[in-house]
Amino acid sequence: MDLIFEKSIEGRRGYSLPESDVPSAKPLAAKYVRPQSPTLPEVGELDVVRHFMALSRRNFSVDGNFYPLGSCTMKYNPRFTEVLAAMSGLADLHPLLPQLASGDRLVQGALAILYEMEQLLCEITGFSAFTLQPLAGAHGELTGAMMIAAYHKAKKNRKKYIIAPDSAHGTNPASAAIAGFQTITIPSTEEGVMDLAALERALTDEVAGIMLTCPDTAGIFNRDIDKIAQMVHKVDGLMYYDGANLNAVLGRCRPGDLGFDVMHINLHKTFSTPHGGGGPGAGPVGVGPKLMPYLPVSRVVRRDDGTFRLNYDYPESIGYVASFYGNFAVIVRAYAYILLLGKEGLKQVSDHAVLNANYVMARLKGVFDLPFDRTCMHECVFSACAQSKNGVHAIDLAKYLIDQGIHPMTVYFPLIVREAMMIEPTETESKQTIDRFIQCMMDAADLAARDPEAFHAFPKTMPISRPDEVKAVKDLNVNFFD
Amino acid sequence: MEVIDHLFYTKEHEWVSIDDGVATVGITEYAQDAMGDITFIELPNVDMEVEQFEQLASVESVKAANDVYSPLSGKVIEVNSELVDCPELLNKSCYELGWIAKVKIASEEETSKLMGAEEYRTYLESLE
Amino acid sequence: MSLNPYIANTEDDVRTMLEVIGVERIDDLFHDIQPQHGPKSFDLPKGRSEYEVVEHVRGLARRNAQELLLFVGGGYYDHYIPAVIPSLISRGEFLTAYTPYQPECSQGTLQALYEYQSSLCALTEMEVSNASLYDGGTALYEAMMMALRVNGRNKVIVDGGVSPIYRKMIRSYTDNLNIEFVEVGPAHGQSDRGQIEKFLDDQTSAVIVQNPNFFGAVDDHSDIVKMAHAKGALVIQSVYPIALGMVKTPGQMGVDIATGEGQSLGLPLNFGGPYLGFMVTKKEYIRKMPGRIVGETVDAQGRRCFVNTLQAREQHIRREKATSNICTNVSLCAVQAAMYLSLLGRQGIRDLARLIFDKAEYAKHLIGQIPGVEVKRAAPTFNEFTVSLPKPAEAVVEAMISRGIAAGFPLSKYYPGMTQYMTVAVTEKRTRNDIERYAQQLKDVLGKI
Repeated sequence: MDLIFEKSIEGRRGYSLPESDVPSAKPLAAKYVRPQSPTLPEVGELDVVRHFMALSRRNFSVDGNFYPLGSCTMKYNPRFTEVLAAMSGLADLHPLLPQLASGDRLVQGALAILYEMEQLLCEITGFSAFTLQPLAGAHGELTGAMMIAAYHKAKKNRKKYIIAPDSAHGTNPASAAIAGFQTITIPSTEEGVMDLAALERALTDEVAGIMLTCPDTAGIFNRDIDKIAQMVHKVDGLMYYDGANLNAVLGRCRPGDLGFDVMHINLHKTFSTPHGGGGPGAGPVGVGPKLMPYLPVSRVVRRDDGTFRLNYDYPESIGYVASFYGNFAVIVRAYAYILLLGKEGLKQVSDHAVLNANYVMARLKGVFDLPFDRTCMHECVFSACAQSKNGVHAIDLAKYLIDQGIHPMTVYFPLIVREAMMIEPTETESKQTIDRFIQCMMDAADLAARDPEAFHAFPKTMPISRPDEVKAVKDLNVNFFD
Repeated sequence: MEVIDHLFYTKEHEWVSIDDGVATVGITEYAQDAMGDITFIELPNVDMEVEQFEQLASVESVKAANDVYSPLSGKVIEVNSELVDCPELLNKSCYELGWIAKVKIASEEETSKLMGAEEYRTYLESLE
Repeated sequence: MSLNPYIANTEDDVRTMLEVIGVERIDDLFHDIQPQHGPKSFDLPKGRSEYEVVEHVRGLARRNAQELLLFVGGGYYDHYIPAVIPSLISRGEFLTAYTPYQPECSQGTLQALYEYQSSLCALTEMEVSNASLYDGGTALYEAMMMALRVNGRNKVIVDGGVSPIYRKMIRSYTDNLNIEFVEVGPAHGQSDRGQIEKFLDDQTSAVIVQNPNFFGAVDDHSDIVKMAHAKGALVIQSVYPIALGMVKTPGQMGVDIATGEGQSLGLPLNFGGPYLGFMVTKKEYIRKMPGRIVGETVDAQGRRCFVNTLQAREQHIRREKATSNICTNVSLCAVQAAMYLSLLGRQGIRDLARLIFDKAEYAKHLIGQIPGVEVKRAAPTFNEFTVSLPKPAEAVVEAMISRGIAAGFPLSKYYPGMTQYMTVAVTEKRTRNDIERYAQQLKDVLGKI
C-alpha cells in the first residue's frame, strides 16, 4: 500500500484556515526563519480519510478479533467511556488552569474525578494513597522504584539491590536500574514459583526491595506470599507489587493486605481503557503508610467544605514524575468503567477471567505441553516443545492463528518456559468464541503432527506474509525522506 | 556444534587462542547459533584495558542482545573492524573471519580459569 | 445476581465450563488464595447503568470551566482539531489493537507510525525519529539520558528558558543518579551564550535548550551547537512543533537530539494527558535512542512492509541494560499527529504558523499600549510572549478569570521573584475580536485592582 507521501500532489490541500483578521506582522529576522517548507504530503481531506481507513483495515483489534494476548488483558473496551473522555469540559481543559491563583475553582469536576479515582483504587487494592501521575505501567514501576530509593535515603539505609524473579517482565530490572539499583534475579522452581531458599540467600541488608507479580507471569498465585513479605521486611526491604495481573484477583485479595508496600496498576488492562496500538495507557501507583511521604506532587486534597485543590507542599516528595496529573482522559475512562461495574461487577471480572482461562487450560491440556499443571489464574501457559521437535515452533502456531482471524497469544514469554504460549482469554469473551479458538489450536496441533512444512507459509491471508526482520535492522530505513 | 581442539573456552561461550602473548577472542558456534542472525556488534576501543570476564563487546541479533566478555585480562591492541559492516561473519565464520578482538595479555596464568575443548564439549552437553 | 454487561458467559456456559475444568464452583478456582489472604474490605459502590454513569460524569464536567477564553499556553495550546482526526482515530482497528507484536496483522499501526516518524523528520529536518514517548517532559529526560549514553559523560547544562515543569521532572528522575547539573538563566530572554560557554568543558555531556523558550523567545542555537561540539558535548533542543512551520529547525541548527510536546499536533488538551512526546535525532545515534522504532522491510514475497526494528535496545531483551524502561509508547497519539500533519501538509503548516504569528504580534501590539504594561521585546517571539504588569500577575489573572478570560500564566509559580510577569499565548482560534476584548478587559482590570 502506498505511503501518504506517495499520494502527494503539488498544490493539493486538506485543511481550511480562518482568513487572517489581523494586520500582517513584520516577519522574523532571517536567521530565525526556516527557509524551506517541510516535505509534508500535499493531500486532500478525502485522501487522508481513505488512506487511514485503508490502514485501519490492515490491523487486528479487540473490536474485530479474538485477542488472547497473554499478560496484556485485551478485553472489550466499552464505547461509552470514549464519549465521556471526549466530552466538552474534560477534553478541552487546560492543565495549567489549577495552577493559576484560585484556579482550582475552574477545574472542580476534574479534581473530583482524580480524587474519587484515588479513593476507589485505594479500596480496590488496600493501599493508603495513590498517585495517578504515571503515564504507563513501566512509568509507574519507575515511580515506585524511585519512592523506594527515597525511603531508604531518608532512613539513611545503604541499599544497593532490587530483587526480581527470573519470570519478571523486562521492565522490572530496567526500572530498578534507573532508580539507581542493581537487580538480583531469583530463579523459579519447577512449579514456576519463586525459590524461597534462593531468596533467603539473596536477602542481605543491602536489599532495597523486591518486585513481584501475584499472580505471577506464569499465571500462578504464590501461596508463600506472606512468608516472602516477612522475609523482605526483616531486612527493611520494601515489597513492590507489579499490578499487571490485577485482573485476576479483584475482590479476591488486595495487595495492600498481603504485605505489599507499593504497587502500580495498568489502567489500560484491568480497567479496560483501549490499548491504542501501544498506548496511551496509565500506571497509577498505590502506597502503604511507609511510602506516603514520598508520593509525587501535585496531590489532590479535599477541603473541609468538600471542594478540591492541588497541594504541592510535601517536602519529602520525589517531585514531578509527569508534567501534570497523569493521563487524565485515560483515568476518566477507567473511572467510569469502575463506577458502571461497581463492587459486584468488578468481582465478576476476575471470576470469569479466571474461569475462561482455566477452561482453555483444561481443554488444551494433552494437546500441548502444560509446564505448570495446576489451577491457573486469568491466563494459562502452554509450551510448543513437543511441536517444535517437528520443526513447528510457538511462533509458527501464532502465524497459523492469524489466518484463522485470531490474534495470537503471547509467545516466548515468560522466559522461564521454553516455546511458551501464554493465553489470556479475558472475561469479556464468550464460550463460543473461546471454543472456536480451542478448535483452531487443536487443528494446528494436528497439522503440526501431519504436515509441519505447511507452517512456513503462514500467514497466507494477510496483506503481507512474514517480514524479513534481519533486513529491517541491516538496511535500516525508518524515515521515508532519508 | 563445532568446537575447535586447541582453543580455550568460557561458560559464556567465548573462545580464545593465544599466540605469543596475544589473545584472539571470538564467540563460539553455540553462541552464534543461539543468537540467530547477528545484525550489529559494538567493538571495544583499541588501547582499552580489560579485566578477565569483564565486558569486551556486545552483539545483537533481531531478537537478542548479548555482552561478550574477555576471557583474559589485558589491553586491546586490535579489533576486527570488518565486523562493523559485515556482522554476519560472526554467524558464517565464528572461529576465523569472525574473530572480535586481539588482547595483549600479561600472563597465561588466567587460562586456568578457562575450559579446554573437551571440557567445553562436556559443558555443552550438560546444557542440552 | 445479574452479571456485569461485558461478561458474555450464561449460567449454562458457566456450568459446562466448570464441568470441563472439573470443579464445582468458580470459588474453587481461587483455592490458592487462602482465607487469611482475602480482602479486609472491598467496600465499593453498587454498579450503575451506562446512562447513570454518563449523567454523573457529565455533571462533573459541568463543574469545570466552560467557555473560558484561553490565553494560557506554557507548551500546551488550544489549537483547532479537524473533525477528521477524532473520526478516524476512534476506529476500533486503531483504538483497540495493541503494540504491533505480530506485524502481519498490524500493518495499519506500523505503517501509520512509519509515516509519523517520517513526518516528524520532515518537520524538524532531523534524520531519524522514534515512534513516540509519553510526553514532552519525559521525552526531554530521555534525551538527556541518551546523551549520557552517547558520550559517557555526566555533566549537563540546562538553559533556564527550558520549561520549568520539564526541569523539575528531570531533577526528580535523576535524583538517584550521579549527574552534575548546571542551570543557566537566560540573558535578554534568550540563551545566555557567555554563561553556557563558561560552564562547557570536556566533562559536559549535553546542553539543553528550548525553542521557543518558556518565555516565548525564539532563538537560533546554531552558535551554541558549535560551542558544544567543540567540547564533544551534544545539544538537545525541546521544540514546539507548530512553530517549525516558520522557525528555523533543529536540523538546520545542527542540534543532536530534538524533542517536544506533540499535543499541538491534533490532540486535545485533556487536562494534562494523554499527550505525545516526540524525539528525533541523527542517524549515528539511533542505537542509543529509547522507544520503539518502526522500520521498512520486505515480506517473503518481496513486498514492502513495516516492522518494529532495533528491538535489541529495548527492555524486553536488554532488561537492566536497556536504553530506557519504556515499553509502550503513545501510538494512538502518534497516529493522530500523523493524520494532523498529513491534513495540514507542506503549505498548511506554513500558513498556520504565519496566522498564529500575526495574531500574537497583534496581541503584543494591543497589550503593549496599555499604560503600565510592558511587552518584553528583547527577543523575537512566535505564539507566546512575556508581559510585565504594574500589579502582581496572579491577582490580575484571577480578576480576568471572573471576566471569562484566562489571561496568561503568572511566572512566579516557577520563577520566584517574577511576581509581576506572565506569559500570554495565542492560537489560530483567537479572533481579532477576542484579542481586542482581552486588551480592553486587561486595561479595565488594571484600573480596578
